[in-house]
Amino acid sequence: MAGFEAWNKRALVRTAPYLRPYRRHLLAIVTSSIISTSAYVSVPLIVKTVIDGPLREGDRAGVLRWALLVGALALLELVLAFTRRTLLAIVATSLETALRDDLYAQLQRLDVGFHDRWQSGQLLSRAMTDLAIIRRFVAFGAVFFVLISVQILVIFGVLLTLHVPLALLTFVAAVPVVLLCRRFERDYHQVVRRIQDQTGDLTTSIEEGARGIRVLKAFGRWRESHAAYAVRCQEIHDSQLERIRLHTKFVWLLGTVPNLTLTAVLLAGVLAVGSGGLTLGGLVAFVSYVLLLVFPLELLAWIMALAGEAESAAVRVYEVFDTEPAVADGPGAVELSSVRGEVRFEGVGFTYPASERTALAGIDLTVHPGETMAVVGATGCGKTTLVTLLTRLHDPTVGRITLDGHDLRDLTVSSLRSNVGFAFEEPTLFSASVRENLLMGAPDADEDEVRQAIEVSQAGFAYDLPWGLDTRIGEQGLSLSGGQRQRLALARAIIGRPAILVLDDPLSALDVHTEALVQEALRPLLASSTVFLVVHRPSTVAMADRALLLEEGRLVAVGSHHDLLAREPRYRAVLSEAVEDIDEEVAVP
Amino acid sequence: MARGDLVSAPEPDQVHEVDADAPLDLTGDDQVDAWRGVKLHDAEEVSGGLAGLLRSRSRALLSDLVRPHRKAVAASAALIALSILSQLSVPWLIQRGIDDGLPPLLDGGSGSLRPLLTVVAGIGLATVVGAVSFNAFLILLGRVGQDIVLEIRLRLFAHFQQLSTSFHERYTSGRVISRQTSDVEAIADLLGHGLINLLESGLLMVGIGVALLLLDLELALVVIAAFPVLVLMTRWFRSHAERAYRETREAVALVIVHFVESLGGIQAVHAFRREPRNSEIFEHLDRRYRDANVWSQRLGAIYGPGVQGVGRLMTAIVLLYGSHLVLDGDVTIGVLAAFLLYVRRFFAPMEELSQFYNLFQAASAALEKLAGVLDEASTVPEPTSPVPLPHASGGLRFEGVRFAYRDRTVLHHLDLDVAPGETVAIVGATGAGKTTVARLAARFWDPTEGRVLLDGVDLRDLSETDLRRAVITVTQEGFLFSGTVADNIRFGRPSATAEEVERAAAAIGADSFIRMLPDGYDTDVHQKGARLSAGQRQLVSFARAFLADPAVLILDEATSSLDVPSERLVQHALRTLLRERTAVIIAHRLTTVEIADRVIVLDSGRVVEDGPPGDLIGGPGRYAALHEAWVDSLA
Repeated sequence: MAGFEAWNKRALVRTAPYLRPYRRHLLAIVTSSIISTSAYVSVPLIVKTVIDGPLREGDRAGVLRWALLVGALALLELVLAFTRRTLLAIVATSLETALRDDLYAQLQRLDVGFHDRWQSGQLLSRAMTDLAIIRRFVAFGAVFFVLISVQILVIFGVLLTLHVPLALLTFVAAVPVVLLCRRFERDYHQVVRRIQDQTGDLTTSIEEGARGIRVLKAFGRWRESHAAYAVRCQEIHDSQLERIRLHTKFVWLLGTVPNLTLTAVLLAGVLAVGSGGLTLGGLVAFVSYVLLLVFPLELLAWIMALAGEAESAAVRVYEVFDTEPAVADGPGAVELSSVRGEVRFEGVGFTYPASERTALAGIDLTVHPGETMAVVGATGCGKTTLVTLLTRLHDPTVGRITLDGHDLRDLTVSSLRSNVGFAFEEPTLFSASVRENLLMGAPDADEDEVRQAIEVSQAGFAYDLPWGLDTRIGEQGLSLSGGQRQRLALARAIIGRPAILVLDDPLSALDVHTEALVQEALRPLLASSTVFLVVHRPSTVAMADRALLLEEGRLVAVGSHHDLLAREPRYRAVLSEAVEDIDEEVAVP
Repeated sequence: MARGDLVSAPEPDQVHEVDADAPLDLTGDDQVDAWRGVKLHDAEEVSGGLAGLLRSRSRALLSDLVRPHRKAVAASAALIALSILSQLSVPWLIQRGIDDGLPPLLDGGSGSLRPLLTVVAGIGLATVVGAVSFNAFLILLGRVGQDIVLEIRLRLFAHFQQLSTSFHERYTSGRVISRQTSDVEAIADLLGHGLINLLESGLLMVGIGVALLLLDLELALVVIAAFPVLVLMTRWFRSHAERAYRETREAVALVIVHFVESLGGIQAVHAFRREPRNSEIFEHLDRRYRDANVWSQRLGAIYGPGVQGVGRLMTAIVLLYGSHLVLDGDVTIGVLAAFLLYVRRFFAPMEELSQFYNLFQAASAALEKLAGVLDEASTVPEPTSPVPLPHASGGLRFEGVRFAYRDRTVLHHLDLDVAPGETVAIVGATGAGKTTVARLAARFWDPTEGRVLLDGVDLRDLSETDLRRAVITVTQEGFLFSGTVADNIRFGRPSATAEEVERAAAAIGADSFIRMLPDGYDTDVHQKGARLSAGQRQLVSFARAFLADPAVLILDEATSSLDVPSERLVQHALRTLLRERTAVIIAHRLTTVEIADRVIVLDSGRVVEDGPPGDLIGGPGRYAALHEAWVDSLA
């Protein structure tokens, strides 16, 4: 069953489990399709009966009876079609929605490394465009495919009962059509896949045009970026024209073959009527059926195209589903409870995926509970990388990090992260109320804790927003300044007093005055947690108990700020010269 | 009429200003949304009452887009007409075959074959002509459709790029993206799939109507009597489908915005375990999108079969009535057969029309939004007859400048003269108006009153090319575009050689870290510059500005994300860089301020201190206090 295996390997087939809850719906749809088709196909036969019977014999009552039957069938079909399409709408759209929900959940599960590698435009086009294509296929394509297949088979059956040689003639003419369909599907698939990829790239350009608008404006470079965008648009344009040409060629063959068959049928049919092999009504019915075949065959081409599109869409979607998150709960991961806060790095090294340069190497370090460790080093030395390992945004590629003796990878990700407060270099806030943004890391914190955190981070402005802490901020809400966002992000990190606190240059956007206030208020908090403080400025180092110096991903010195200042020239180079520089200037006004 | 008419069209929905009294978006039972906080009602999405006006705006855009393709459209109309004529001649030829070709064969058994052969040849010819013309039609109209999509894409992108930053701030990048993706796709779908069917179906119906009338008037009138019913059904469908589609587009936009925002901040999502809450919101939005989709498809499920049902009933009536006519000897059996074949095809396009009506609705709703955006005039328009300024010396002057943003006066009355080559630092608390000064100087905004002059020329009179060559702003974001590090630096001057790029990086002190990247200058920065730290990104943006070599450099909090060593490097580079040009530095880090020739202290939109930093430090003013606090913090 090689054919079956090939079928089973198709990505589209993998969506089948999503249809399982709708088995009854599907059964009803198929049943109604079969009944509808039978009713539809029987009409020419009724016409034949009328022409050969009542019309010949002048039986007006007979004509009425048959006409009433046609009318009744029409009503039956109306009801069936309505039911069928309603059910289909529910099934197909629910399939799409469930797939999209799962895809989104999967994307959230995937690690930061994955998101670094994948452009968000590509992900968006998978979640929206590709899933809509799959929905369209299920809603129209798949069911029409069943409907049409049944229709074609039934029509051939009826044709055979009418006149065997003519039926065979029609049948032979249809074979090349089906063969061409298969070849077409392959070629079309390729072009469509290319268009989808190009659309993803174009989306990326659009996103950059929107998000990078300030830079584009500042340099007046929109013409250049427009030119680059135009090239991508042109590529899609050309691929689309290729798709159209392919499609046209196919429509042409599909339209011509049945009509030429019809010509032959009419010729042979009239001769058959002349020689008495076929009744006049039989000929009318025959011609009707051949014409009836044209539409399904044309539709077949469309469905094949849709199937090709849907298959490549499904392949792209499952590419995401099949990616394993690099950071996940291991087997037998334990919940982290009652943290003391001792953090040890044991021979830790890290290399970003698909990168040759090691970002961190041979880090050995112990940070004691309640200690504040400043992380110092020049730009690009691995400071941020080092601290992101603590909350498992990445896992070390070499060595291990332990918290109170547990390898971080042996803990459940969620229990680890709920004990690590993190203030990122870039304060990302979400479209939600200020309160929800603050409580993200500690949903159980009470109003008092919220108030305290706001006080410490000098974020009192939040109370003065139009609806206070209930004001929605973020992309779909009120926009805040960089400093305001940074202060809220700091409040978010410290709320609930996590055992481990990671502050990645959290005060960079604050003015000197506010910075001093925040530092003062932070002191008691720093004493109660194990803190990693990524430092860009000498003023912040003062808050730390000890400092470590990174150079090109290696730990070169650890000690107190004053110690290092005194004995470590590289440390001085990173921090102190700036101070001296300024002192000189201040001294010489 | 062309662009001019578009621009002058009334814009009743342009009420974007944030107004605290605006209706709140608090749909009571909506637990998921209520939790997310209160936001201002989105006035941008169009309301139903304005539909008529908007349609006229969309129509103007549409005719503007189609005009260049008039000839191709006319040619494709002729081709499809020819194709349909050929298709429609087939049932008629069959009728001739039955009525004329058959009798001679029946009578003598070996009568003349000629009438039959003529008919058969006719059908063969009709088939070939129909297929060839349809083929040409598909390619021609397909090309027109793709050309139009291309034109819309280019026009939209260019338009968004030309709109002011204040537009972008209120419109948000999410909406800018969804205009250019899902809305353009809705139009592309219509042009790519729907339009062809729409045209074919419409013409086919007309053609069949005419053919029926020619074949037999009485029978034709019976069929045409069904029309009023169809018109009523169509009207009902249209009014509902329109609302359903609006709802669908709005729902999908919300899904996209949430998707992009939450996955863009995936680090924070993971660190704060927001996954379940995000999924909750996403599923809620996705359900709304699903419901809207199901709603519109249900409408099709009523309308489509309804139309089809009417068609089938007509078949029954034609069969009944036609048979009586045959029995009375009024029509031949051939005519009845042809009639039945026609009627069957007469109603099929109606149903198809209903399927594509969805596409049509989606596209016209999208077109409305695009027309609205394209109508949006830039608040900082380029002058029609710009004053040329090929070599700016960099004298910057604010003359009685007042600036109000959202009805709040941010700057009251600013007079400021910056001599060529002078470096001015602007300090002050958050909200004092520092950033406003930077943006006015770069003409991201225009003053409400007064003028901003460069070398004595009002910025509003400079062409964009001259202005952006002369004035460059570096902001604190450090945005990187996808491509290599070198590409990102070369952005400052696209014609720069690799050597010049590296020299710029070296001058800024970015050279050493760039060389350490996996592929050096050819390292792909990925999107959002994921692998470069904020400080590194900022160094790249400095190198970019250095390469651009402007007469006036504006640093809008540009050094705030630099660490000490990088900042020191940049300071050194800045000193040489600033010596040859005018600079306006907005900073809260006094390190940067120290290198200024002059410091301006702003408070609530007014200048409160102005002088060399050395003088101010000695004085009793605010700058002295700020400086003291800062020096203390270093200890």
